[in-house]
Amino acid sequence: MLRILVIEDDPEAASYLVKGLSEFGHTADHAADGQTGLQMALDSNYDILIVDRMLPKMDGLSIIQELRRDGNHTPVLILSALGQVDDRVKGLKAGGDDYLPKPFAFTELQARVEALARRPQSANQVETTYQVGDLTLDRMAHSCRRGETDIPLQPREFRLLEYLMQHAGQVVTRTMLLENVWEYHFDPQTNVIDVHISRLRGKIDKGFDTPLLHTIRGAGYTIRDAAH
Amino acid sequence: MTRLTRFTRTTAFKLSLLYIAVFTVMSGVLLVYVSENTDHLMSEQVVQAVDAELKGLSDVYVRGGVRDLVQTIDSRSRHPDASLYLLTDFSGNALVGNIARLPTVVLEEADGGLRRVRYTRLGQDTEDIERQAMVRTFELRGGFRLLVGRDLGEQLHFANLLGNALRLWLVVVVVMAAITWLFVSRRVMKRIDDISATSRMIMNGDLSERLTIAGNNDEFDRLAVNLNAMLDRIELLMQSMKDVTDNIAHDLKTPLTRLQTRIEIALREAKGEEGYRGALEATLDETDQLLRIFNALLRIARIESMAPGSVMEPSDMNKLIAQVAELYEPLVEDEGGTLEIDVPPDLHADCNRDLISQVMVNLIENALKYGRPETGALRIRLGGKEDDGRVILFVSDNGPGIPEEDQARVKDRFVRLEESRSEPGTGLGLSLVKAVASLHGGDLRFKNEDPGLCAWIDLAPVKPASSGSGNAEAGTGHKEEPNRE
Repeated sequence: MLRILVIEDDPEAASYLVKGLSEFGHTADHAADGQTGLQMALDSNYDILIVDRMLPKMDGLSIIQELRRDGNHTPVLILSALGQVDDRVKGLKAGGDDYLPKPFAFTELQARVEALARRPQSANQVETTYQVGDLTLDRMAHSCRRGETDIPLQPREFRLLEYLMQHAGQVVTRTMLLENVWEYHFDPQTNVIDVHISRLRGKIDKGFDTPLLHTIRGAGYTIRDAAH
Repeated sequence: MTRLTRFTRTTAFKLSLLYIAVFTVMSGVLLVYVSENTDHLMSEQVVQAVDAELKGLSDVYVRGGVRDLVQTIDSRSRHPDASLYLLTDFSGNALVGNIARLPTVVLEEADGGLRRVRYTRLGQDTEDIERQAMVRTFELRGGFRLLVGRDLGEQLHFANLLGNALRLWLVVVVVMAAITWLFVSRRVMKRIDDISATSRMIMNGDLSERLTIAGNNDEFDRLAVNLNAMLDRIELLMQSMKDVTDNIAHDLKTPLTRLQTRIEIALREAKGEEGYRGALEATLDETDQLLRIFNALLRIARIESMAPGSVMEPSDMNKLIAQVAELYEPLVEDEGGTLEIDVPPDLHADCNRDLISQVMVNLIENALKYGRPETGALRIRLGGKEDDGRVILFVSDNGPGIPEEDQARVKDRFVRLEESRSEPGTGLGLSLVKAVASLHGGDLRFKNEDPGLCAWIDLAPVKPASSGSGNAEAGTGHKEEPNRE
């Protein structure tokens, strides 16, 4: 369960967010303008901030800059109707951690919020090996094993699996994969990611009893040990 | 506002008024000048004539005495011309002459000065008719006084005539000027009123209306031609905007209607949780498609309004194309095709990596959808080259190509050729490519290669001096990307 603050001036969008996040078991508070939002973010200890870019009294980017200056490093997900290339860069430069253009699907937001919450806060927290079930990924040796079998991976397949395993148990959307594994910030029309996933699946799941890589319909993928 | 006040407020009327005023003053000056000069000239003639006469008479007096003088004057007085004579004795009694009456002061002051006097002529006039004359009076030896003069009647008559002629001319000029200007201004006003009327019609919504061109290439024609050109442009813009709106309405209506139908069917027929779940998942797919269209539209609009400088950096085309190819190779292989790369080494361009990658992706996806040959395997070539000072990036296939007449049209928003309507897609892919290309100062072009279609865009190359740093920047990938791992 995460404590989340939603800073959003549109009441309808805000209630949709708060309600949706509550349904996924999070506690969500709401601030309707920039100043109130900044005050609430400074006063209480939230796990995630969801900040709209355009807000009355104080805009989203200023809130983030204020927070960072104050030494507050709560992960921030920026929402924006502007939502394109240069705005995204501006948002991240201001200290935001992720950027989601409106309109968005709730599953996308949900997946990103959980990914942000699980993000290592500092470099020495980064693990060198990931383990899901009997699948092991060694980031130092650049090797992958399942049980006793060595699995050879192409560099991109390695990055893909690495990202999935870093967020093991969470839903990862196609857009998140495209952004983080391929560093593209646009949505292709075709199922290009699915093909890569199915190739990866062919390597890590084929011939093994329990599949680890699962497709979540309408959302994306997750890697998890069926036993858990 | 009455017609009159409307008329008097026109520029044409004010100009006419000014013109007439200037003309009147000038004519007046001319009139005064001419009459002054004429008067002066004629007075001169009078003086000369009088002086000549006096000299003659004084000669007569010197040679023949008073008797001869009286005789000469008497005979000359009888001529009915303009000459006037009068000889008096020392006591002022008239001896001979043709003047019946004149102011006595003229005779008393016989100093030879020129005077203008009123007189009555002897023998011709009744007592009360006074004429004007120029006279000189001299005192002769023996107390005689001799007056010689010339009647001014003729001269006055001529001056009068001239004055009247000039005044008449002035009136005629003013009247003619007024008429001419009225005519001209009416014509001008008519043209302007025509333009106003047409403008009003256009404002009322009839954009096809145009200003009439008289064909004489005057300033009104030139104005009308320019305004018409402007109207053409506006009409074109309005039309393309209307097309886009129509297209949006149409292309969003289809998925929305489908969505509605699915929901209605689900409400009516779905049984149990399983049925509702299925229906909801299907509607989710529809909304995904809708969101995709909206996002694509927003993205195109955004790209079109972007300032090029803010998003560009020197990039390595080899790396960019290799990455796109790497993303798409599995998909193309799964579809039974091949993806080839053809980029010369060390090709760099000033571009936005994300947008140019999307351009390549969109072109590859189009090739996948529409570039399949009737027989044989799909072959997609992905490459770049330097040509005529521009960096060309192209995607070619071995499919049926696009008919020449449709090549411009497919770049428009939502345009999908009939054959491709059945394929899934937003009809916005090439619009985005076109928008990105123009952001980079280039264009999207097609060429049918029989077989296959080659689609390419052109970018500004990075100059050799800066390509080193460009390499490094492209090499580090996304600097703006925060540390994700």
